[in-house]
Amino acid sequence: MGSLESKIPSGPLAEKWTKHKNEIDLVNPANKRNIDVIVVGTGLAGGAAAATLAELGYNVKTFCYQDSPRRAHSISAQGGINASKNYQGDGDSDYRLFYDTVKGGDYRSREANVYRLAEVSGNIIDQCVAQGVPFAREYGGLLDNRSFGGVLVSRTFYAKGQTGQQLLLGAYAAMNRQINRGKIKSYTRHEMLDLVLIDGKARGIIARDLVTGEIERHSGHAVVLATGGYGNVFFLSTNAMGSNVTAAWRAHRRGAYFANPCYTQIHPTCIPVSGDHQSKLTLMSESLRNDGRIWVPKRLEDAQAIREGKIRPTELSGDERDYFLERRYPAFGNLVPRDVASRAAKERCDAGFGVNKTGEAVYLDFAAAIQRYGEEKALTSGIKDPDKATITQLGEEVIEAKYGNLFQMYEKIIDENPYKTPMMIYPAVHYTMGGLWVDYNLQTTIEGCYCAGEANFSDHGANRLGASALMQGLADGYFVLPYTIGDYLSDDIRTGPISTDSPEFEATEKAVLERINKLMNSNGTRSVDYYHKKLGKIMWNKCGMSRNAEDLKSAIDEIAELRKDFWENVKIPGKEGQFNQELEKAGRVADFLELGELFAKDALERNESCGGHFREEYQTPEGEALRDDENFKYVAAWEFKGEPSEAVMHKEELVFENIELKTRSYK
Amino acid sequence: MNLVLKIWRQENAEAKGKMVEYPMSNVEGDMSFLEMLDVLNEDLINKGEEPVAFDHDCREGICGTCSLMINGEPHGPDRLITTCQLHMRKFNDGDTIVIEPFRATAFPIIKDLVVDRDAFERIQQAGGYISVNTSGNTVDANAIPIEKDKADEAMDAATCIGCGACVAACKNASAMLFTSAKVSQFALLPQGRVEATDRVMNMVRQMDLEGFGNCTNTGACEVECPKGISLENIARMNREYMSAIVKG
Repeated sequence: MGSLESKIPSGPLAEKWTKHKNEIDLVNPANKRNIDVIVVGTGLAGGAAAATLAELGYNVKTFCYQDSPRRAHSISAQGGINASKNYQGDGDSDYRLFYDTVKGGDYRSREANVYRLAEVSGNIIDQCVAQGVPFAREYGGLLDNRSFGGVLVSRTFYAKGQTGQQLLLGAYAAMNRQINRGKIKSYTRHEMLDLVLIDGKARGIIARDLVTGEIERHSGHAVVLATGGYGNVFFLSTNAMGSNVTAAWRAHRRGAYFANPCYTQIHPTCIPVSGDHQSKLTLMSESLRNDGRIWVPKRLEDAQAIREGKIRPTELSGDERDYFLERRYPAFGNLVPRDVASRAAKERCDAGFGVNKTGEAVYLDFAAAIQRYGEEKALTSGIKDPDKATITQLGEEVIEAKYGNLFQMYEKIIDENPYKTPMMIYPAVHYTMGGLWVDYNLQTTIEGCYCAGEANFSDHGANRLGASALMQGLADGYFVLPYTIGDYLSDDIRTGPISTDSPEFEATEKAVLERINKLMNSNGTRSVDYYHKKLGKIMWNKCGMSRNAEDLKSAIDEIAELRKDFWENVKIPGKEGQFNQELEKAGRVADFLELGELFAKDALERNESCGGHFREEYQTPEGEALRDDENFKYVAAWEFKGEPSEAVMHKEELVFENIELKTRSYK
Repeated sequence: MNLVLKIWRQENAEAKGKMVEYPMSNVEGDMSFLEMLDVLNEDLINKGEEPVAFDHDCREGICGTCSLMINGEPHGPDRLITTCQLHMRKFNDGDTIVIEPFRATAFPIIKDLVVDRDAFERIQQAGGYISVNTSGNTVDANAIPIEKDKADEAMDAATCIGCGACVAACKNASAMLFTSAKVSQFALLPQGRVEATDRVMNMVRQMDLEGFGNCTNTGACEVECPKGISLENIARMNREYMSAIVKG
């Protein structure tokens, strides 16, 4: 256990995956029937993996905490999915998608993994269309594309503002086909609480039935974790309320290394916080930056007047506005990558130019796009000399067709019409690039324990480009894991069923029960949310969009102290043997309280700025991130040693043979 | 604003439930409905009482987890949104708000406001898919052009989030809108036509087995649907079903 061998196949970059597939061992169809695989999490990665593994003939058990696999948080992804189809003829290719992703990730990802991702991306679109995913189409009947941040081609496929939902329903449908055939047994409202290791290999899980509270043992020849990201360590994020790190963290405690925990994506276009009651944040798709222009007032006094409600943003002329992304990054303008856009918004707000009551919001303005589309529509509709009102109406219709549901969502939350008044947006925690360390085969440092999708660290480096999360989830689930896991399982054809009566299952179940008892018997006075909110504040203020050594050190101390307080003073009503949402939350927050500390420790060790990790000490005079390739061109993989403070870092040096490392510039 | 909440409390599936009154003060208009319930639960926990159990997850109107009958309407008084998107500014100071679970024989109560919607799972498992392998070795995505109008209509049907509001709104607790949305999505696409006959027969059979009522064209489902799924889907499913019977 515990080697950091990446297992990247030899040979030229473009041939590695094909060569690897030709060389790995396969399992005979008759033998697959004797092999059980557990898949935890049923989002794009888990759902796709479960369906494919079952289709290949393995016996699959899936677990999700939701009441249906279809509700996993992949469903909330709005904008789209990238693929190097080059349907637009704008010069796209596998290499270009690979290049953009490595550059976008600030040169902190593994070349071979990213190239494989680009290589299978086209297949994903073919697969999804065959499954009946209703992607947007042009009038000629072919698929439509749009562009996303950080790239210069249109390679994003989409289904209105609900791409994640439609792709997940595709994977869910594929799962349903296998459930109907009896090849998948789906356990909903179940949460994995520990990983069972036998002779160093992952051989099962301990799960809690969230309806009855019963603790169950489930065995398998391999365990796949596809449990998403850990953004909820910040309490406020765009993740679902239930999204958590527990499965991954429990595996970490059993020996799986946790890689780059400090790499977090703070998404630039979210609806700003409205008050202390806030329970989560809502994302507005990055696709809005195709047509929206981001600005704040040029003069401080105008910003103040807007905050006090004395003037309205529409009263300011173009000259009185600072389109700060267009000003700072003329080449990419409003379509710079997410980390760059977020930091630029924070910089303006910190300087006093914020436009909502709290001073933490910038404008996203569609007036120019409405005008442009209106004129174009009038022309194509044969309307001669249209007046201003007609142009506005036609333009608004075009915008509605493109982003209608997002505009409606905004209006419901903020109670303002975004067609008439610019939207207010602010960055929010959205995605975590860090996760369990995996090799090229997506195996963690525990044999037989695999990790796919957002839960692993593999493809996005220090920053993820828009529309790449869906691509990675489905690539891992449909096209990578089903091959690579076969190589491991080929040794298990004679193993036979794994008994759940072994001492290992017994001991792990006992540990789970003890932890639950400890939580239930703490006669404290404070709710779980009290601790979660406190943790979130520490994380946001000291490990958020920009970090410095001093803050990180104090965050480490504060989190350790908060964790101690939690175990002494948390209060959980109800009983363990029943439906108990507070107990569910408590287990998750307990794990966040450990992860949060490791997160800060990782951020403190990385003395450079790269992607989503911005250290104030390491920036250029213009405020751009200053990377240090000489000393930090590695993956930091942490080994659990009891307390987060004792975790040991192992380095995987990143080797770039096909891309020249450059300062990332979007100017 | 100050409010009175009347909430259905039920220990578990077997227990007898009852309405319990909770006064609420200092509710802000910018709070979402579920954030208002979070505040209530925090209060209850601090007082040593059990919080109200309710289903929720994404809190942005897409996962379909949240439910609730609010003053007799699924997802409350606003239109085209889920409960998690409902904001307290839609209510007035002094209002009494009645909060109940989605009620239907096919949706047994788990606890308080949480219901079991597994019946929807089984309807989907009976045929809500296209039988293609996930090998990726299918035809190129652009090999079959699809009329934009048809693709858009399929997309409209596909936006169903499976929340169950249609069932809760219907006096017959019918699941026709839900089932027809899935049947329609595939019936409208060339990829889905191949198995259209078996699909509609199997899904309708399962829907009946689950104990959902029949459709009497009241249209309450369409009005209450947070995603605006159209009644036309039910008509389309009926046509698909009739032609499946004729084909045998």
